[in-house]
Amino acid sequence: MRDREGLMAHLGNFLNGLGAKRFGLSSVALVLILALVFWLRPNVATYNGLRLLLNLSPVLVFTALAQMFIMTAGDIDLGIGTFVGLVDCIVAGLLNDQPALALLLLVACPLAYGLMGALIHWRQLPSIVVTLGASFVWLGLALMVLPLPGGTVPAALTGLVRLHPPFAPMPIVLAVIPMVIAHLVLNKMSYGVVLRGMGGSLAAVERAGRSTLKARMILYMMAGVCGLCAGLCLAATTTTGDANVGRGLTLVSIGAVIIGGGEFTGGIVSPIGTVFGALIMQLSGSLLSFASVPPAWQYSIQGAILLVILALRVVSGRRRTA
Amino acid sequence: MSRFEPGRLLSQPWFYATAGAVLVWLVILVYSGGAGGGAVISAALNYSVFFAVVGLGQMIVMASGAGNIDLSVPANITLAAYLSTGQMEGANAGLFTGIAAGLGSGLAIGAANAFLIIVFRIPPMVATLASGLVLESLTFVYSRISVAKPAPLLAEFTTGQLLGLPYVTLAALLASVALVYVLRRSIFGRSLFACGQNATAAWLSGVDVLRTRVAAYVLCGMVTALAGVLFAGFVGGPSLNMGSEFLLSSIAVVVIGGTNVAGGQATVVGTWSASLFLFLLLSMLNVFQVGPGLRNVITGFLIIAVLALNKTNRMQQV
Repeated sequence: MRDREGLMAHLGNFLNGLGAKRFGLSSVALVLILALVFWLRPNVATYNGLRLLLNLSPVLVFTALAQMFIMTAGDIDLGIGTFVGLVDCIVAGLLNDQPALALLLLVACPLAYGLMGALIHWRQLPSIVVTLGASFVWLGLALMVLPLPGGTVPAALTGLVRLHPPFAPMPIVLAVIPMVIAHLVLNKMSYGVVLRGMGGSLAAVERAGRSTLKARMILYMMAGVCGLCAGLCLAATTTTGDANVGRGLTLVSIGAVIIGGGEFTGGIVSPIGTVFGALIMQLSGSLLSFASVPPAWQYSIQGAILLVILALRVVSGRRRTA
Repeated sequence: MSRFEPGRLLSQPWFYATAGAVLVWLVILVYSGGAGGGAVISAALNYSVFFAVVGLGQMIVMASGAGNIDLSVPANITLAAYLSTGQMEGANAGLFTGIAAGLGSGLAIGAANAFLIIVFRIPPMVATLASGLVLESLTFVYSRISVAKPAPLLAEFTTGQLLGLPYVTLAALLASVALVYVLRRSIFGRSLFACGQNATAAWLSGVDVLRTRVAAYVLCGMVTALAGVLFAGFVGGPSLNMGSEFLLSSIAVVVIGGTNVAGGQATVVGTWSASLFLFLLLSMLNVFQVGPGLRNVITGFLIIAVLALNKTNRMQQV
């Protein structure tokens, strides 16, 4: 009996130690999932194997980072998935035939996100519904650009994701670079304190002489840029455009941020954890098919993985928002 | 409420959604030269009743406090539809066991959501998202081993009309009146709003916060499941993606209706109006033969516009 209590205390301490770093739990989960994948399919543990396995992960990595920037402000974005679909459609539908117009639209996309942030801030609107309304706008625009799935993606773009950089395959490079940049911006730059303060106390940010409007617009524009990158990766990987393709990404991106140690209250997010979370969401699907789990149960087990990781955070005794 | 004051009307949370619905209906009337105005209303009531009912469930959850939301709604609808029609197998004999099966699954789903949120302290958004994934698997497996066909009586109830008003709408309207009473006068309604405004203050003043929150999720689960059963009867049988359009619309009708996403306040009239508004808006754009792309863009902008006009939905600055 005493042994068991000691073990539980030990486990609690161990999880506590992990909890000290925001991304601790997600990194352990990622290593575990990768180990299982490699054990089931040793062939995957090669340069090319990883490249194929993580083929679509840059899309989710960028989408999750976009969601993370919105959640930094204590907001939620229910439209990021359709936004990624819109970028995908602009690339596939216009970039080849009308490059000038397409580039103009692509630049306008993150700016539109910034304006949406400004509207939310100015009228003090609930982000969850504004972004929900915006998701109809993105979907509508995507259907106007490309009414039916198809189109062509310029070779320059598809070539980019097929690059073979030394040491690490392209999907890993496309996960590490944005992760490092986001980490530097939020956690190392002095302005990052203001950005994270948006999820803490607006009054404190104002009293420090910083504009909360500007900070929220910057967070939304960074989300827009990440959404843009996600759309570019999506178009380059799938080589087609489809207005409806991004819908499923929205909820998965929220899951990735939360698994990565983020909080709904805002201000508390981890770029490293978010990228790990995105990779976990991506890999858990592959893991289940490698383990020959029937497709019908894959959703179920993905949901269960999500719940177990989050329930573990409670065991680790971290302060949680109920 | 005794005297008519225009300023007071403007400040009612449900005003903008109702005004929007009436305005869009008038536009349709003018465009069609006054013909078929009643038919449009009748169709709108028959179709949007499902969205209103699901919205009312979502509304109860959202009123229970900031961050409370149920994203398992689509999966709940689909599972309840399959379970109930699977019991009916196209015969009236299985009507009651079918409805009971649907409601039972809704109750279990609501209880499971509340369990995950309260015991494991998982944020509602992620907990219900994950439970929705699990339910999708169950539905998929069950759909392959069952003969899912609604009972004729159920189909008749959901499509039949009395004096131009669909039966299902009449029933839902009566239930909504009861819900207004429950929210305003009953201990549950008062506790719900108290928890939504400030859970700590509610607890200190003796409200059973735990029980109220569990009740909110269970009620939402059951109401949603009932809508799923009825919707299966309305469309002539369940399909695996029948719930998907309810995810965003259930949130949209609640908030456009004037319920505060921060919790502590709700409006049944507003949720109904918003459901009618969204359906009439789609009808209007269809009448004008607007393409699907532009239709979505206009819908999106109108959702944001109604929200920006409505003062009740300001987030409080802390």
